[in-house]
Amino acid sequence: MAVFILRRLMQAVLVVLAMACLVFFGVYLVGDPVWMFVSPDMNQADIAAVTASLGLDRPIWEQFARFLWSALQGDLGRSFVFGEPALKLILSRMPATLELATAALVMAIVLGIPLGLYAGLNPERAGSRTIMAGSIVGFSLPNFWVGIMLIMVFAVILGWLPSTGRGETATYFGITSSLFTLDGLRHIILPAFNLALTKIALVIRLTRAGTMEAIHQDYIKFARAKGLSQRRIVLVHLLKNIMIPIITVIGLEFGTLVAFAVVTETVFAWPGMGKLLIEAIQRLDRPVIVAYLMIIVLLFVVINLLVDICYSLLDPRVRLGEVSR
Amino acid sequence: MSRHRMPSRHRAALVAATAIAGFGLAAAAQAETLTIGLAAEATSMDPHFHNLTPNNQIAQHIFDNLINQDEAQRLVPALATEWAPIDDLTWEFKLREGVAFHDGTPFSADDIVCTFERAPNVPNSPSGYGTYIRGKTVEKVDDYTIHIKTENPYPLMATDVSTIPIISAAHCDATTEDYNSGAATFGTGPYKFVQYTPGDRIVLERNDDYWGDIPEFEEVVLRPITSDPSRVAALLAGDVDMINIVPTADLETLESRSEVALHTGVSNRVIYMHIDHWREQSPHLTAKDGSAIDNPLRDQRVRLAISKAIDREAIRDRVMEGQSIPAGQLLPEGFFGVSPNLEAEAYDPDGAKALLAEAGYPDGFRMVAHGPNDRYTNDARILEAIAQMLTRVGIETSIDTMTNSVFFSRASSGAEGEPEFSFILVGWGAGSGEASSPLRSLLATHDPDAGMGASNRGRYSNPEMDAILMEALGTVDDARRDQLLAEATELAIGDLGIIPIHYQVNTWATRAGLTYVPRTDEWTLAMTVTGE
Repeated sequence: MAVFILRRLMQAVLVVLAMACLVFFGVYLVGDPVWMFVSPDMNQADIAAVTASLGLDRPIWEQFARFLWSALQGDLGRSFVFGEPALKLILSRMPATLELATAALVMAIVLGIPLGLYAGLNPERAGSRTIMAGSIVGFSLPNFWVGIMLIMVFAVILGWLPSTGRGETATYFGITSSLFTLDGLRHIILPAFNLALTKIALVIRLTRAGTMEAIHQDYIKFARAKGLSQRRIVLVHLLKNIMIPIITVIGLEFGTLVAFAVVTETVFAWPGMGKLLIEAIQRLDRPVIVAYLMIIVLLFVVINLLVDICYSLLDPRVRLGEVSR
Repeated sequence: MSRHRMPSRHRAALVAATAIAGFGLAAAAQAETLTIGLAAEATSMDPHFHNLTPNNQIAQHIFDNLINQDEAQRLVPALATEWAPIDDLTWEFKLREGVAFHDGTPFSADDIVCTFERAPNVPNSPSGYGTYIRGKTVEKVDDYTIHIKTENPYPLMATDVSTIPIISAAHCDATTEDYNSGAATFGTGPYKFVQYTPGDRIVLERNDDYWGDIPEFEEVVLRPITSDPSRVAALLAGDVDMINIVPTADLETLESRSEVALHTGVSNRVIYMHIDHWREQSPHLTAKDGSAIDNPLRDQRVRLAISKAIDREAIRDRVMEGQSIPAGQLLPEGFFGVSPNLEAEAYDPDGAKALLAEAGYPDGFRMVAHGPNDRYTNDARILEAIAQMLTRVGIETSIDTMTNSVFFSRASSGAEGEPEFSFILVGWGAGSGEASSPLRSLLATHDPDAGMGASNRGRYSNPEMDAILMEALGTVDDARRDQLLAEATELAIGDLGIIPIHYQVNTWATRAGLTYVPRTDEWTLAMTVTGE
């Protein structure tokens, strides 16, 4: 297994490098960032001085080589517009995004699994049809529009919840999060629901499909014949068996929740990494864009690796060493 | 958040308390929080790091300049009480006495010396203050008098100085990080720094020892809400008390709501068309059949025809929802150096057709117009309207708009270091509040060595205009300079060096009962927000 993990890590390094390369040159092709920074009153000499101080006057190959050399020493460069190290900026925004993604994930599980079970157990009922139709809506409505509608209904018209922003934070066990305060929870409900919507729909569909398949299998029939209560059959026998694929998908979806909460964070003015990324793209703040995507690649590689390791622990038939051969 | 709904209750409590206690309570003593939703976020608390509107407006709360600019960008005394040239090359500034920084250290001439040393030399700054400080030497005469010397007569001294926030000499070596953390963020301004959480909020507290007018609100929370509909919704939900940059599409809805008040004012920003003046053949101009032609825009009659073909009032009414003023020059009336003789070109399609025929293009030609689609209010839609209007008089115009990071790079140096486009929509906000700024950058002959025409993306060049402008830039006498700048403007606009479209009008929205005085520089300042 050690060999396997080592090999995967080596692959990860290559992927991260390729990503850095693509993004670095991609941003270069978009345009010259210096025009996004300089103030209108500057003359040509001032503009040239800024270009030189940010290293943008060097040939792109040299800029890339310098970037790689610093990256090897753990320095992903300084944000052009914030003047702070890109890595520090991104990490300082990460807790907000992690708590948003976690809240969304919890919503997806807590709402998705019971609704999916109900729909799977009673496929012909009107309630089930409503749930399934709702899940299609959850998949197909644009995130941005849903976010605005949530704000209009729950914040502007009903006035139940705050419209935007992150609430007060508190620190327990060394973790600072807005999930620990009432104000924080009130603030996170709408953005987390907005972010969770497609995931809820996904979990509903997975749970329903798994339930409908498992319900006709012999072990369920046997359990019924044994005279077990419906409650015990569903919650113990059925749920346990259909959970494996659901957990796998949820684990992988968590990565996308963290990495691409961009739209939700923008609509709800949530001070997370996604908002940082979209603003960096608009301003061509190359160090932040490159560092962000490198971190995300790393995140996905690690999640995949953990999932693989979990499989081998759960199911002895999967041997990691042989997978890559 | 209930906290933001508290003010009215709070105020009621205060009024009651006042009545019981039986003494008058000045409006300035109200204990209220003002929460403002801003369309763009400041990138730093370091006042010298990034010379950019979102940063400058935050700095103005915490720091003072020697001279401040009021809502119409007129110069008003701040840390300097008096200023005047004492000879051709020296300006004398008398400093305000009895002022203290937020950390208690007294303000004196040393702080000015330190500011002028630090401001142009902040490490990693993407756009600093070198522009305003270069060529100036500060001399401390005594604790409350300084002399600023230049090598040539320099009339814009006061204007330049009015852009630079003054920091404390005690924190002269502080880094940008020290300002972001608050360790060095001590100014003399009306608000003190409390908290800066990037992406989330900036919290400020009133400086009760301020030398000037004490602001009304005790605490100010500035929150970046970049998404337009969310910002409007946050105001309607009562989560913020005020927002800036109200989208024109929402104006009608907001106007009809009694819980919202709108505050509208013209800005220093002119939206204009820049024109390829220098290429014999321009890349985006062809005959109607697609064959190459000589650049028709070099003919003054063609440029005038374009100007006449544009219905500026229709753009104001139908594209801008009334949020613009048709423009005939570089700055709206009331600014320094503006010509009284220039009016917006009247809409005259027949005159435009006649001029085109006279210039040898009776059937017109084909053109691609370029512009940004996320930089100015309704920029892409303005360009669309202009393209239709030009097509109507025979200049078959198609448009190509792009995000501003791509646009400015290509428009400035996309064709091997030279401007790439033939006919572009751009805007210019005169930060200095007078006409030499756009004349020098947009219309003076492009000359990197002299630092002139840095944003002259059409390469317009008129030596006569250059000469008058240079004379103005060396004339300290205000009345004479005002006249020279107006003359230079008349020449450049007469040539149609650029074609002005309109001055942008900006709107701030507050909850009912608050008042804001709109600023021409588009800044949002909490200290000028007042209650009923």
